[in-house]
Parts: sequence; structure tokens; C-alpha cells
Amino acid sequence: MSEWSRALSAHAAQDIAAPKTFSGNRGLQIEEKLIFEQDSPGLCGVNLPEPAAFASRLGELERVGPIGLPGLSEPQVVRHFTRLSQKNYAIDSGLYPLGSCTMKHNPRLNEKLARLTGLADIHPLQPLSTVPGALELIDTLTHWLKTLTGMPAIALSPGAGAHGELCGMMTIRAALEAGGDPRRRVLVPESAHGTNPATAAACGYAVDPIPANECGRVDRAALESKLGPDVAALMLTNPNTCGLFEDEIVEIADAVHRAGAFFYCDGANFNAIVGRVRPADLGIDCMHLNLHKTFSTPHGGGGPGSGPVALAGTLAPYAPLPWLVHGEQGLELVEYKSGPAGTAIGRLKGYHGQMGMFVRALAYMMSHGADGLQQVAEDAVLNANYLRVLLEDNLSLSFPGPCMHEVLFDDRFLRDTGVTTLDFAKALIDEGYHPMTMYFPLVVHGALLIEPTETESKATLDEFAAVVTALSGAARSGDTERFHAAPILTPRRRLDETAAARKPVLRWRPELPRREAAD
Amino acid sequence: MRYLPLTPADRGEMLARIGVPSIDALFAEVPVAARLNSLVDLPRAMGEIEVERAIGRMAARNVAAGSAPFFVGGGAYRHHVPAAVDHLIQRGEFLTSYTPYQPEVSQGTLQYLFEFQTQVALLTGMEVANASLYDGATAGAEAVMMANRLTGRKRAVLSGGLHPHYREVCETYARFVGFELAAQSPAPGEAEDLARLVDGGTSCVVVQNPDFWGELRDWSALGRTCHDLGALLIVVVTEIVSLGAVRPPGEMGADIVAAEGQSLGNALSFGGPYLGLLASRDKFVRQMPGRLVGQTVDADGKRGWVLTLSTREQHIRRERATSNICTNSGLCALAFTIHLALLGESGLPRLARLNHAAAVALAERLHGIPGVQLLNRAFFNEVTVRLPRPAAPVVEGLANRGVLAGIPVSRLYPGRPELADLLLVAATEMVTDADMGRLTRGLAEALS
Repeated sequence: MSEWSRALSAHAAQDIAAPKTFSGNRGLQIEEKLIFEQDSPGLCGVNLPEPAAFASRLGELERVGPIGLPGLSEPQVVRHFTRLSQKNYAIDSGLYPLGSCTMKHNPRLNEKLARLTGLADIHPLQPLSTVPGALELIDTLTHWLKTLTGMPAIALSPGAGAHGELCGMMTIRAALEAGGDPRRRVLVPESAHGTNPATAAACGYAVDPIPANECGRVDRAALESKLGPDVAALMLTNPNTCGLFEDEIVEIADAVHRAGAFFYCDGANFNAIVGRVRPADLGIDCMHLNLHKTFSTPHGGGGPGSGPVALAGTLAPYAPLPWLVHGEQGLELVEYKSGPAGTAIGRLKGYHGQMGMFVRALAYMMSHGADGLQQVAEDAVLNANYLRVLLEDNLSLSFPGPCMHEVLFDDRFLRDTGVTTLDFAKALIDEGYHPMTMYFPLVVHGALLIEPTETESKATLDEFAAVVTALSGAARSGDTERFHAAPILTPRRRLDETAAARKPVLRWRPELPRREAAD
Repeated sequence: MRYLPLTPADRGEMLARIGVPSIDALFAEVPVAARLNSLVDLPRAMGEIEVERAIGRMAARNVAAGSAPFFVGGGAYRHHVPAAVDHLIQRGEFLTSYTPYQPEVSQGTLQYLFEFQTQVALLTGMEVANASLYDGATAGAEAVMMANRLTGRKRAVLSGGLHPHYREVCETYARFVGFELAAQSPAPGEAEDLARLVDGGTSCVVVQNPDFWGELRDWSALGRTCHDLGALLIVVVTEIVSLGAVRPPGEMGADIVAAEGQSLGNALSFGGPYLGLLASRDKFVRQMPGRLVGQTVDADGKRGWVLTLSTREQHIRRERATSNICTNSGLCALAFTIHLALLGESGLPRLARLNHAAAVALAERLHGIPGVQLLNRAFFNEVTVRLPRPAAPVVEGLANRGVLAGIPVSRLYPGRPELADLLLVAATEMVTDADMGRLTRGLAEALS
């Protein structure tokens, strides 16, 4: 045991945290080995026939020697992954108030429809004459996204939000280069998601940060002073990552356009305004949409996502391939640079985009309709503001006044308590909640960013607020041990991330027989 | 609206508690000119029945692979997915969780990703693998950029046997990220002399095995040339099941493997979501893009897993990150992990043998059709044949007769008339003898 872990353990309520069971299991929490440690050589969870004798055509390249995979039967595999699933928190099991992540309910209808054989069991390169329904579905999705954004074109292929950002910045660079005016700087607010500066840099631009003002919005004077003939674009998130609407956005867009630059909007927070505000009306030239946020496709433990990009008319000619266009013979999929698509930046991903996510997002939008989507934005904003007023006396609200779909607190309320934002978040885990986003955005100290989404009931919010209030009271009244030891009721307690990074163990390896190891 | 739990009474109470007269007050910061005064022009809310009907109607207009003799591959393959896979990935704890940034309540995701990384490393014969990328094509581009960082060079050589989509994605990234490509022309059935293109300015050579034409290639000699000149060998694998039967890239001197993992556990789904695999040698791990899961211990000394080496990543490093990637293909990786756990050491090679046996049988039958020429010598489950006339109309004609015959190469190389007669044909364990009969009879009739 390291000093680090001893210090934590000393605080733990040992009788609760580490009951001495013979198995190491704790009720429903079952210790589960790796599949590689459950190997029964020869077992197989799939019955496949052995092919009749045939003459191999593998040439000299036939695999020799074992692969090293374990052998397991189906019941062992099902039990293994079921047990693993039980170690996860999920939106299905409770409030998941991760700011900027929009963890909303994932309707199961969407899963069912994505699995229809006419959608799941079609190949991206089978004759286009055999997939008219797939093209119709993509076209319908495009129509909904165009209408909701007010933008005339949608680039479909990006695999997730960051990929959509890359797509957007590439189209901007292509448009500038086509105009004979390549520029080299991209302005990014300090409150931006890390993907924004990373994307601008990946696209060959120098990143120039813009500070926030005392109201948590972009400092417009600082922004305008940085605009110049070498600025290619502004990348702004709106509502921003402080959960605030950029109230000067129209003036900002005008200034950006006067400088000859493009206005990129990170659409991660579109959930706050969907159906109520069209980004095109704010002067935005380009915005990616995270279908896995606003449009409820499941996060799946980190993906897959889908990041279509809405483009203004000035950028649409540079959209990546493929394009879906209305031609003389109906819908046509343009897969190569030709005709009007000759200006396309090329291909960003294999095939035609995240079709499985398109189906889910379309089912979600159709289920809500224009009226329901507007209600989504309103309820998301209402829920966040409700939490704001329930919590503002007990946490420290970073910026006063109404917020949009998420509310930002900082760690002033923990001053001199010895409890950090991290401790506070870990204590929430023991209370049965997934923590809020911590330490982001970077513009306030010890950020706690809470996004409840519209799919939480008032009762859930009331209960959550009561728990957060109680924890805040505990921290401030000196009951701090629970924080330093937390979490103690989880399958694992705090994990040593420093050790993990210092000497990375990134895969399982068989243990060497003792004599060999000694050699 | 069935997904919204607030009642009108709740909304009223909450607005009162907030102290605003209406919801509009909370949107007061939106510029007046940008406020919509009415609903957007889209249909109103629908019940499950209506949505199922609308999308079901679109689905029914497509010819599903399972409803026809099906021989389409080209980097996306139709394999049988055991029922347990789809059941398990739909458990809400997997499906509806976020990226495992809170490891104490995400050990399930973290442990399967650790198992996934191990499986990918074992299959490819490499030392380490990441927790997935978007797809094979983007993994290929990320691999090139990783090689550029590792070598400090900016020129990549691409084999003409690389999947055209992978080459095109590399070309897009090259233009904007800023590196050079020497992409070779497609030359099916011919040996490429890539070694002569490698020099002291080359960061990497990107090859594929089996290549786009289905041909199996031994890249060991090329690997040695690369290493002599300080360049890296990147091997792309678009059919991961092949590694159940074929020597892995790690045994050919590959420094980085970029692969498509769709074949295990994942549906065709018209091209996505798929599963990008990236594997390399231990010493290169700090230049790898994407998430990595590492083993550690918790405060009680128990083994557990965390996301690690995150100082490479955008949320920490911002504009100095190794890549801008954030969301990856977590659930597709889970499907892969479960399918491969079910197959195991005996099942995967058997599955691979079934594929190979089907392809051998198909190749023999195709070869027997007058005028059809098989271009491959060694192959796994896909071959290229030359027809006596352009392949696209033949494929279209067969589709009209209910046979999905393969990919006319002109679909992917539209500007190259010399490739217009080529047809790419794949056979997996899903293809029956009767299917092959229908293809070969149809083809013979179409060509007679």
C-alpha cells in the first residue's frame, strides 16, 4: 500500500467500506476477472462447422502459432459482461448531470428502428438502386437539420463532434484558399472545449485565445482587438460552456464577418435552443451537431457519435464527400469530385457517415416533432434554472442571473473547508449520483458544471438538490472525512491515476511461470 | 410528449420558484431578431406507431443483404453476429453511460476496453492498442500523422493496394494538416516496388493486407527497408477476421496497424458506425491518438482500470494534443470484444477457415465462367475478377435479378477506364452453396 492509499484508507469507515467477505464480493458487487484469466482451452461460445477439405489459397501467409485468445462458453461470456455492466453508472439508472455532455434519456424505439434489417443489414457499396430508402432517410434527416439550424447544407460524414469541427474548419480553410486569401489565426475563447483549439491546430492554424469577461461571456473588446486580416475564423460555443447565451453574438458575428473571417459555432450545447433559435439567424456560418447529445443517440460508454455539420451557402461548395443531391432522377449520392462537387474538400471518413446514428436521431426528432423539440429546449433550460435557484445559496454560482441548459458553480463555497471540487464530486458518487462535470470550463476555479437535461422529473431534481445541499452543509460544518475518503461504496474506490500513467499497463499479459520469470 | 417528465403543473411551480413569469424570460438574452415566433416548419410530435411506420417504410425500400445472395465486401463484411452480442451491448449500463471519466462508477466500461485493447494487440501481433477510433479509414490517417510525429518527417508513401476511401481520407488530412503523400496508382494483380520510393525523408509506407484487391501480401522485406531508412511500416487491415488465418502484421515488421473492426460484432449499417483499430509498439504509445485504458490500483490496493496518458489528449493538452479526437467507438468496441470472447482461440480460426473455404470455392466457380479471369494468387475471403465487359452494368443487372454480386471497381475508381471491367467479390461464412450457384449462373448468363 502506498502512502497515498494509506492516507485515504485511514479515513474510511472500515466496517462499511470493506466488509470482510470470504469471496471478496459485496452483495450485488461481484469481483470479476478478465476474460483472459477465465480461459478454458478448447471452449468456444459459437458453434461453427468445420469446412469440408479444401486446398488453401493463403500462400505463404498462413498464420502459425496461437493467437492467445481465451476459450469461453456462451454462459460464461454472458455472465462476464453482465457483471461488468453492473459496475457502471448510466442514464438508465439515474441522473447524469455532466455539464456539456447532454446525458438525456435514450429512447429504445430508436434502437429498435436502427436494427431493422432494411437499415442495419445494407452494405454501403451495394448498388444505389437497391438502397433508395437509405437515401430517403438521410435526405429526411438532412431536411430536419437544415430546418432546425436555418442553414442550407449539411455535411453528413463526420464521425463525432470533434470530427465535425475538423470538417467545419477544413471547409473554412478551403473557402479562404479558394478566394486567394489564406489566413493563419483562429480565435478560440478560453472557455472552449479542448477539442476546439486541438481542431484548429490540426487544421494548420495558430490558436489565439480570447478571455472571458466578468459576466462569463466572450470579452467582445478583446475579441475585436484580435480580429484582423490574418484571422480565418472564430470558434465559439453558444450557449457557452458557462451555460450562458452569448448575448452579443449578433454583434460578434458582424465583427467577424467585417474582418473577412468565418464564424464557427460549436453546437455541443444546441439542446438549449433547438426549435427556439436557428443558428443561421445568429450569423453563424458553420456548426456541428452532436447527434449523440441533442438528438439522444446513446453515448455508449464513449461512442460511437455522429457530428453532421450545418454549413452556410458560402461554405457548402466545400463540404466533404459524399454529397446527397436532388438530381433529375431523384436522390443521387455523389461519391467523387465531379460537376458541382468538384470543389468538395474530399473524403473525411470511409463510406457515407454514421447511418445507425442517423436512424436514431431521425426517430428522436420525428417522435418530438417541431412542438416537442421546442419543449425539449424549454424544459432543459427550465430544469437547469430550477437547480440554479435550489442550489445557489449553498454552492457558489459563478455568474448571477438566469442560465441556459446548464448551470456553472465554482469552489468558493468550499474555501477553507479542506474539501476540493474533486472530493465533493466523489462524495456525490456515494450518494448514488454521477458527478457533474468538474474543473471545466477553465475560466472559473474548481468548476462544477451541472446539466440536468429535459428528461429529468421535478422530483428527481428536488432530491438531487437536497443531497447536494446536505453535502455542502457537511463540508462547511467540518464533516470533511466523508469527502476525503469518498467514494467508499463503489466497486472500486479512488484509483491511482499517477501510477497508471507512470508505468502504463495497457493490456493483459500472461504471467510467466515462476522459473522463467526468475531467469 | 412521452419522453418529457415535467407536467404543466411542475413547469408552473418551477417558474414560480425561479421567480420568472414565463419560460420566455429565461430566453431573454437571445437577440430579439433571432427569436422564432412560431414553431419551425416540421411535422408535429408522433407516437411510436407513426414513427415505426414512417421509418419502417423507408427500411422496406432497401434490399437487405440477408434477403439476397450477397457478395459485397470492399472493407465492410457481412458476418454472423451471435445473439448474445446484441443483447449485451443493449444493457443500459453499457449503452447509456458516458466516457468513463469517473472510474469508480465506470469499471465495467474500463475493464472491457482493457480486454479490447488486449484482444486487438494479440490479433494484430502488436504490443499495444488504443481504445478505438471512428473507423478504419480515419485510423489510417491518424496512423500516418502518428508516424510523422514519431519520425519528424512529413512524407508518406501509400500503396496502390490501399482501399481508395482510406487513401482519400489520407489525402484530405494531408492537405489541411500539412504533409506529403506519394500515393501509388492502383495496379491489381501486380507486385508493387514500394521500397524504391522510401528515402531519408519518408515517414512511413502504408500498405494493406489483404490488399484492396483481396490479394495477400508479405510486407516483411518492405518493413526491413523502411527500418533501414528510419521510416515506419503501417499495415492496414480492412477485414479483421482474416487475422484468424493469416500471419499478423506484427510478424511482418509493422510499426503501426490501422484496421477496421466492423467484421466482429457490428452490422453493415450502410457504412457506419464502424470501429477504428489502432495498434503499435510499446515505445510509440505516447504518440498514439485516442483514449487508452490502463491498469492501476484503488485506495484499498485492489486492481482497477482508468483512462490514462491523457496528457496526450485534447481536453488536457488543447492545441498541443496528439489528435483532436474525443468521442470514439466505444459501443462498437464492446460488440467486437464480446464477439471475439465468444469465438476465442478455437472459434476465430475456424470462422476464418470457413470464410477462406467459401472464397476458394467461389473463386473456382468464377474462374470456370468463360471470359472471367481471376486476378488473385493468394487471397483470404475476397477476390478480384476481370470480366469481358464493364462490371457496373453487370452488377446492376444481377441486382435486378435479386443477386448482390459484389463491387464494380468503377464505383470506387470512376475515372479509370482500365479498371472498369474489374469486379470485387467477397464470400463470408454467410454465403451458401446455393447463393454461389445463383451468382455464377447469373454471371454466366449476363456475360453470354
